[in-house]
Amino acid sequence: MHEMSLCESILQIVEAEAAREPFMRVTWLQLEIGALAGVEVEALRFCFDAVAPDTILAGAELDIVEPPGEARCVPCDKTVLLTDRYSSCPHCGAYGLQVTGGDQMRIKAMEVE
Amino acid sequence: MCTVCGCGDAHHHYGQGVARAHAPGLSQARMVKIEQDILGKNAEYAQRNRARFREQGILALNLVSSPGSGKTSLLTRTLTDLKGQYPLAVIEGDQETSQDADRIRATGVSAVQINTGKGCHLDGHMVGHALETLNPDPGALLFIENVGNLVCPAAFDLGEAHKVAILSVTEGEDKPIKYPDMFAAADLMLLNKTDLLPHLDFDVALCLEYARRIHPHIEILQVSAKTGAGMEQWYQWLHAHRPEPESSAR
Repeated sequence: MHEMSLCESILQIVEAEAAREPFMRVTWLQLEIGALAGVEVEALRFCFDAVAPDTILAGAELDIVEPPGEARCVPCDKTVLLTDRYSSCPHCGAYGLQVTGGDQMRIKAMEVE
Repeated sequence: MCTVCGCGDAHHHYGQGVARAHAPGLSQARMVKIEQDILGKNAEYAQRNRARFREQGILALNLVSSPGSGKTSLLTRTLTDLKGQYPLAVIEGDQETSQDADRIRATGVSAVQINTGKGCHLDGHMVGHALETLNPDPGALLFIENVGNLVCPAAFDLGEAHKVAILSVTEGEDKPIKYPDMFAAADLMLLNKTDLLPHLDFDVALCLEYARRIHPHIEILQVSAKTGAGMEQWYQWLHAHRPEPESSAR
């Protein structure tokens, strides 16, 4: 359940932001969680609901964008889409793909008031 | 005005949320673009630890595995065998108890126990505080034994030079593809408890193939912490990966 730590980190980042440019609450929060980030999005939502009450995030709408995994296949010299880290190249069947994207965990934007 | 895309009132980027509109002048709502890594703070702590290790010529390793892989036994044997050759230090991470740190201290090596409580992994901040207490000697081998968990610790950089994944032959040979994030993040895999192979159906070649599917350049050593088989190669690996001493200003 490292999703709980992630939610606590999100809260810390948002609180630091609130100290910099004061706002009372967050109404909408957009996250970008790549398909290969090792994060269970449903668990993240569950933990968010546990962390948010009585904080600046209370009642915030959570918008999670999930970019697909991307990897480089060296034998094909192609970039391919990946849904998981253990799959082979859909073109040539080779393993050992080098992940090039879709492993990010970021806060993108928020609406505050 | 929306600062994400410069649009006026309508929030077309709201995804599937309830359709809403700004009411300028009535509400104080505004958009703030953040663009920050959720684990950015952890990365800062980890970099601070890494800088400390570099300055002091410390080789820090993050030992990761499932519970029951024989991590602590492998570590106590390593410490017993290497004592006197290098300064040694251990950070033990467990959800509860100081059992493991007690086992380590019985070898005469100093150890700090971190109890993560509800947490499932160590993070850069916890390790930073443990270093204040432990204060490993310059040139030390520092073993950070993470919480037994092949999922969560993969995401948290502690400032280590390498993650070392320990897998025992009493587990399935398909662990590397079942927990690919961890094997993708590890530079070395130790296949432990090889003394038990005659009693098991464990397919070593298949296990190594799975590990290399996930991570083509992963180094793999087969060891038995019980009999000592293969441990010499592990010690050579440790010796070869010690950082070059920083050129002294004196």
